Amino acid sequence: MSTEPEILALRAEAPSPWPTLRAALPRLAMTLGPVALAITLSGAVLLATGVNPLAYYALVVRQGLLSADGFQETITQAGPLMLLGASLIVSFRAGLWNLGVDGQFLLGAVAAGAAAPWLVGVMPDGPALVLAMLIAMASAAAWSLLPAYLRAHGGINEIITTLMMNFLGLSLANVLIKLVFIDPATTLPVTRTLPVPDRLPRLFGSTVDIGVILAFLLLTATHLALTRTAWGLRVRLLGANPRAARHAGLNVPRMTIFIFILSAALAGLAGAIMVLGTLGNVRADWDPGFGFVVIPLVFLARLNGWAVMGLVFAFAMLSIGSQSAAIRLGVPQYFNFLLVGLLLFFLALVEYFGQRARMV
Amino acid sequence: MSLAGGDAADAKIPATPLVEFQAVTKRFPGVLANDAVSFALHPGEVHVLLGENGAGKSTLIAMLAGMQQPDGGEILVQGKPGTIASPARALAMGIGTVFQHGMLVPTLTVAENLALGGQWWRRPSRAAISARLAETCAELGLDIDPDAVAGKLSLGEQQQVEIIRALWRGGKVLVLDEPTAMLAPPGIAALGTLMRRMAASGIGIVFITHKLDEALDFGDRISVLRAGRIVGAVEAQLLKTLPRAEVTERIIGLMFASAAPRAPVQATASRTHAELGSPVLQVTGAGMKDASGRQVLRDISFTVQEGEIFGLAGIDGNGQRELAELLAGQAAGSGIVLLDGQNITGLDVAARSRLGLRYVTDDRLGEGTERGFPVSLNLLLKQIGAAPFWRAGVARDGLIDEHADQLVRAFDIRTPSIHTPIGRLSGGNIQKALLARELSGPARAVIYCKPTYGLDLQNIEAARTRILQAAATGIATILISTDMDEIIAMSDRIGVIVGGELRRIIPNAGNARAEAGRLMAGLDDGVARPESVHVH
Repeated sequence: MSTEPEILALRAEAPSPWPTLRAALPRLAMTLGPVALAITLSGAVLLATGVNPLAYYALVVRQGLLSADGFQETITQAGPLMLLGASLIVSFRAGLWNLGVDGQFLLGAVAAGAAAPWLVGVMPDGPALVLAMLIAMASAAAWSLLPAYLRAHGGINEIITTLMMNFLGLSLANVLIKLVFIDPATTLPVTRTLPVPDRLPRLFGSTVDIGVILAFLLLTATHLALTRTAWGLRVRLLGANPRAARHAGLNVPRMTIFIFILSAALAGLAGAIMVLGTLGNVRADWDPGFGFVVIPLVFLARLNGWAVMGLVFAFAMLSIGSQSAAIRLGVPQYFNFLLVGLLLFFLALVEYFGQRARMV
Repeated sequence: MSLAGGDAADAKIPATPLVEFQAVTKRFPGVLANDAVSFALHPGEVHVLLGENGAGKSTLIAMLAGMQQPDGGEILVQGKPGTIASPARALAMGIGTVFQHGMLVPTLTVAENLALGGQWWRRPSRAAISARLAETCAELGLDIDPDAVAGKLSLGEQQQVEIIRALWRGGKVLVLDEPTAMLAPPGIAALGTLMRRMAASGIGIVFITHKLDEALDFGDRISVLRAGRIVGAVEAQLLKTLPRAEVTERIIGLMFASAAPRAPVQATASRTHAELGSPVLQVTGAGMKDASGRQVLRDISFTVQEGEIFGLAGIDGNGQRELAELLAGQAAGSGIVLLDGQNITGLDVAARSRLGLRYVTDDRLGEGTERGFPVSLNLLLKQIGAAPFWRAGVARDGLIDEHADQLVRAFDIRTPSIHTPIGRLSGGNIQKALLARELSGPARAVIYCKPTYGLDLQNIEAARTRILQAAATGIATILISTDMDEIIAMSDRIGVIVGGELRRIIPNAGNARAEAGRLMAGLDDGVARPESVHVH
């Protein structure tokens, strides 16, 4: 379906369920290699702008990892990213490129943000929050049905349709906030705020809420389901060779739609835990664009759930730490995007040469 | 269809051929595609290369067009030895090729398509191209609008444009690769007239086809390619003087005779045509349309009995694959399929497989297996989730491995390990794995699509033995093959499929080979010949 080297390589590298250490080592090098290169080159850029890269990286690690507040923020931030990772792994493993996770994320967030304040008024917090999450997942899943159907029955490229659905999703989220779910108590375009005591419970008196635990469990479950179960094998077969899937008797259209629903529901849940745990409401025009941050990480992790966890955590640390570093060292906060961009670049490069080396 | 306009062919043939192959040999890994092929093309003649798929026609064209280089022998162009190093060189030497699949840019106009390939620094002049096109059209009796968009033309018209482009850029030799494959009968007749006209103007034409009628109608000379070799030729004199029936008989002899020492069928002796049981697979009125609405299968009915091998003979691309996919439940169509009396028409692949209807595809790596998955999983690809290998949906690696170990031993699959990705194995071992998968468990009827295609001698023998053994246990077998020797050696009855229709079913006895060959070549007088009468 696509000729990008990354995608081809992913198919060739589909990890066997029985990885041996010898087979794992090059894969590990292929993951850590681009990271090391990106950090080095970013450091050179910092040096060129007159900032000591070592000081910058040290500050990032100290603020994002070693300070109590920073660590808690990092963990909290990793929650939605892990769910987005799970969402992307499911769809990419099946060879379906659901790039509409940002739209699905936003609609999930708006649905949860609209439903939760009302639900906590009519029922106890526990069921109310669970119900709000389910509504968020259903809304996001519904948003993915159109591209899913077009892909399954019309063979229409889902990369294009899901990307376009992102723009529509962002606009729809705005419209819903401004016209339907706007908080009548304020003049700002924002949904009603979920009172702090009604939000997702926090862990051991920290600022981290159980959304992170949920995300961790779901990413783990996704990884195990894909690698250990019959369902996962079917998904991987579909992704690796759709013609073989059809030959083996899998109902390819039905699986395609189901995988879209699952992937979108996980993305919607990511939006929900962000709103129900941390933010409390959703502003119009809010679009963190997490999906497009996680996509390169998922590629870098070669669709391995454990690796996604590690990379997502590292990225969360980087983005939290770089906020402080931005203030202290005068490095713009978007510098971390430079790092991620270089990471992607080196990933593609390493992938390309790895591919060539395998062919020889 | 007539030989009108062949006056150039009547003229004295010059001594120097336009192109001459002298014992040209081309090898690919494991395949001898062209084996000491010699033939000559003279100006003003249509030289037909007749042969089945896989006979080596495409390789020969590739060498003519400069896309492949011979490993041995020599190609003389106008008497001079020269290397056709590239497609551009081929054109410069005067050799233009029209490939089987359209190579026009569908969104450009005819004139724009004709302008492609000109010198890049020059702006093509539409007026000049249109004028030249009008001239060529008048010469050849064609009518082509230079401003028509290529994609909107009929296939026949597109082909005419391609022929003109090849003529303009080459000029002396025109190679037509199965040009009639996509055309309807009127289009074929028009192409024939066009070929005669071009030949009359002194161009040498290499006309590749596997249809005997066309060869006789349009050709001045016929060479028959088989298994990479020229097995015989009918020279111009003979073609003109002998009665058509006699030429036909001679060519069928060349095309389908049991002459191939490359693939002896040792298993033949073990085959007895007896003790067939009750009907296992009954197919009634099977039909199918492809995505564009073309009828690719039409009203196919047959029955295969317990222990019987039903050979389905035909030239590639006549609906064999479609029929196999329809029976396996992999593609939708019409008609009724009964397995052991049970109507399975509405069931999917998995359900049919469970009931014992199996399908061994010829596309071993494309759809039969996933190359990146280990051998062990590929052996269970059609049973994903089935007990005992999965419990409550979770894989039980021990049992999966044990199953793989057993099959690897039983079917002699040579693999470094059951965890090796199957794509690393040789074609023969991949085929063994496929046979192992489809024959394990309670198989009742098995469809084999070209089971020995692309295998080496040893593995051909292994696969055939396996199929015969399976049939001996009572499995109803459908053997789809384009290899006549294989069909004759293994089948109890032979069905011949042409253009998606089952032309006739004949018992494998007496002159079945010639009879089937005649049907495959599109010659069907509609009269069933008595089996006992031998033609020669």
